[in-house]
Amino acid sequence: MRIVIDKDKCTACGACIGSCPVSAIAMKDDKAVIDDFCNFCKACINACPEGAILEIKDEEAAPAADLSAYKGVWVFAEQREGKLVSVGLELLGEGRKLAEIRKAELCAVLLGATEAEAKELIAWGADKVYHAADPMLEKFNDEPYSQIFSLLINQYKPEIVLAGASALGRSFFPRVACKVNTGLTADCTALGIQEETGHLLQIRPAFGGNIMATILCPNDRPQMATVRPKVMKKGEYDAGRKGEIIKVPVSGLVSKTKVVEIVQESAEGIVNLHDVEVIVSGGRGLTDPKGFEMLKELAALLGGAVGASRAAVDEGWIPYRHQVGQTGKTVGPKIYIACGISGAVQHLVGMQSSDIIIAINKNPDAAIFSVATYGIVGDVYEVVPMLISKIKEVKG
Amino acid sequence: MNCIVCIKQVPDAAEVKINPETNTLIREGVPSMINPFDVNAIEAAVQIREKLGGKVTVITMGPPQADAALREAVSMGADEGILISDKAFAGSDTWATSYTLSKAISKIGFDIILCGKQAIDGDTAQVGPEVAEFLDIPHVAFVKKIEEISEKSLVVHRHMDDGYDVVETPVPVLLTVTREINVPRLPSLKGKMAAKKAVIGKMDFAAIGAEEGKVGLKGSPTQVQNIFAPPVKGNRRMLEGPIEEQIKTLVDELRRLQCV
Ligand SMILES: Cc1cc2nc3c(=O)[nH]c(=O)nc-3n(C[C@H](O)[C@H](O)[C@H](O)COP(=O)(O)OP(=O)(O)OC[C@H]3O[C@@H](n4cnc5c(N)ncnc54)[C@H](O)[C@@H]3O)c2cc1C
Ligand SMILES: Nc1ncnc2c1ncn2[C@@H]1O[C@H](COP(=O)(O)O)[C@@H](O)[C@H]1O
Repeated sequence: MRIVIDKDKCTACGACIGSCPVSAIAMKDDKAVIDDFCNFCKACINACPEGAILEIKDEEAAPAADLSAYKGVWVFAEQREGKLVSVGLELLGEGRKLAEIRKAELCAVLLGATEAEAKELIAWGADKVYHAADPMLEKFNDEPYSQIFSLLINQYKPEIVLAGASALGRSFFPRVACKVNTGLTADCTALGIQEETGHLLQIRPAFGGNIMATILCPNDRPQMATVRPKVMKKGEYDAGRKGEIIKVPVSGLVSKTKVVEIVQESAEGIVNLHDVEVIVSGGRGLTDPKGFEMLKELAALLGGAVGASRAAVDEGWIPYRHQVGQTGKTVGPKIYIACGISGAVQHLVGMQSSDIIIAINKNPDAAIFSVATYGIVGDVYEVVPMLISKIKEVKG
Repeated sequence: MNCIVCIKQVPDAAEVKINPETNTLIREGVPSMINPFDVNAIEAAVQIREKLGGKVTVITMGPPQADAALREAVSMGADEGILISDKAFAGSDTWATSYTLSKAISKIGFDIILCGKQAIDGDTAQVGPEVAEFLDIPHVAFVKKIEEISEKSLVVHRHMDDGYDVVETPVPVLLTVTREINVPRLPSLKGKMAAKKAVIGKMDFAAIGAEEGKVGLKGSPTQVQNIFAPPVKGNRRMLEGPIEEQIKTLVDELRRLQCV
C-alpha cells in the first residue's frame, strides 16, 4: 500500500498536517508531501477536504495460512502466587461475547495454580480450561510461559487469543506472538468483530489516549491482543456451570531467568492505579508533602487511590509509582480528582480518558480546567477539607 | 561488557498542544526527541560501562532525521551510534520493527541489550521482548533496579502490578527499563563535542541481511485500519457561587455516581 498526494488537487490548506499522528506530512513548494515516518494509518485521507490524498493498494497479500483452520477464543488466565488475577476473569466476560459472534468455544489457559482455580475459571464462563501445572510455571518467567503457550496455540489453533495488558501479560505475550509468527496489538480498550470478514477489530488508544486506532491482523492467525485491565466486564459467576479441564502435559521447559523473590507492596496504602475507580491526584500546588495526607483521606473515603503529577514526584513528596502521565501511568478511572495540578500536556495524556474529571486549582486559567467535567477555582487546603467533611456528613 | 541500546525518536509532547474542540493533538511542526524511557536505557548502559568497561552502541531504526537522536545519545556518553534506515522499513509494526532490529543487532554483537519500557507514541511495550525472542535470548521487562551485575549475570528488580520481583538472569540478556532505574545525566560539554564529531554508522536492508517480505509494511502482520478521535466526554463546566454550594453540587454528583 502507498499513500499519495494528487498535486493538482492539493490546495496547501494544511488540514492533513494536523491530522497526521506521526507528523509525517509537511508543506513543500505549496504542496503537501509525505515523508518516511508515514505508518499508513490513513487519517490524512479523511482529513483532506479536496480528496487529494489517495490510497494505492498493492496486490492483496495472500494469507500465510488457511485461516479457517483456526477456531475458538482463548483467554490467558493470569495467576499470581496461586490466586487468579481479576483481568483474566474480565477477559472471560468479553471473550464470551466474541465467542458467540464467532459461534465458537471459549477457553481459558491457566499456567501454574491448581485444579481449584481451573474450576473457578469454568464458573466464570470458560467452556474449557487448558491447565498446565508444573513447578516451573508457579512463578512467572517469560521463557517457560511463552514456550508452553505457543505449543498450545500450535496444537489447538485458536482464532483469537487475549491476555491482560498487565505487567506480566505485556512481558511474555510479545514472545508468544513471535514464536507463532503472528501480530499482537497492545493494550486494547475495546474489541469487536468485523462483519464482512470475521476479523477481530482491536481498538486501542495511542499517544496517551489522544487518538484511537482500530488495528486488524488480516492475514495471520491467531489474532492476538492484550487488553487493558478494568475496561471489560466479568461475566456471571455460576458455580454449577459445566466445563472441561484439559491437563496439559509439561516437559522440557527451560528458563534462563529465575525469580528469587516476590515482593508484594499492595499492603497498606499502596494500590494499583489501574485497579481503582477513583483517583485523587496531587501536584506541586500542594506545596508540602503533608498535602498528600489530606488526599489519602479523601481517596480512602471514596474507595480510591492517590496519584500525583511528576512535579510532586520530583519533589520527593510521593513515590514514582503514583505518577500519572506520559512517563508515569496512563489511567482511566471513573473519577479523577486533580488537586493543585496545572494540567501540562504530559499530565493530561495520562488521565484525560477518565470518565469524570474534577479539577481544583487556584488559578482560573489553569489548563487542567480545559479537560475538567467540574472545575473548582480555589485553594486546595480550603476546598479539600470541606469536601472531606461534606462527604463524611452525607455518609453519616 | 558491550551494551546495545535501542532508542526511538518520538515527537516532543511538551511542544504538542491539544485542540480543545476535537480533543486531539495538534502536532504541526513539533520537534522530535529521544523517547524518555530510552534516555534511562542509555544512562543504564553508560553506568554499566563505567563499572565493567566495554562499549555502548546506540541504534535506532528510523528515517534519516533520526541521526539527531543518535548524536544526542553520544552526548550522553554512548560510544557510537548506528542508524538503521531504508525505504523498505517504512510502515513497520512491532513485529517487523523487532525483526529488523534483531537482524541488525546480530550483526553488531552484544552482551546486554537495553530498551525503554515503551515508546510514548505507540505505547506498545512490545519491541523489547520481541527482539529478545527473535534473538533467542532471555529478557526481563520493566526493570526498575539493577541490584547486582557481573560479566556473567545480573540480579534485577522487575516492576509488577502488585510490587516487584527480584529476578536473576545470565548474560546475554535484554532488559527494558522504567524511569525509576536512574536519573539520566545531562550531556557534558565534552559529550556535546563528541556528538558533533561522531561518525554515525548506517545499515540498510542489504547490510542487515533481512529477508524480503519480513520488513516494513509488507512484513507487518497488524495493520492500522483507521484512526479516530476519542469520543468527547460529557459536559465541561466551572462550578460557581459560594464554595459551600460548589462542594454540595460536587458531592451530589458523587452520590449520583454511587461513589459516596
Ligand atoms: C519528557 C517529559 C515527560 C513528562 N512526564 C510527565 C508525567 O508523566 N506526568 C506529569 O504529571 N508530568 C510530566 N511531565 C512534567 C509536566 O510537563 C509538568 O511539569 C508537570 O505535570 C507539572 O506538575 P504540576 O501540575 O503538579 O505542577 P505545576 O505546573 O507547578 O502546577 C501547580 C498548580 O497548582 C496550582 N496551585 C498552587 N497552589 C495551589 C493551592 N494552594 N490550591 C490550589 N491550586 C494551587 C497552581 O495554580 C498550578 O496550576 C513531563 C515533562 C517532560 C519534559
Ligand atoms: N524504531 C525503533 N528503533 C530502535 N528501537 C526501538 C524502535 N522502536 C522501539 N524501540 C525500542 O523498543 C522500546 C519499546 O517500544 P514500543 O514497543 O514501540 O513501545 C523503546 O523504548 C525502544 O527502546
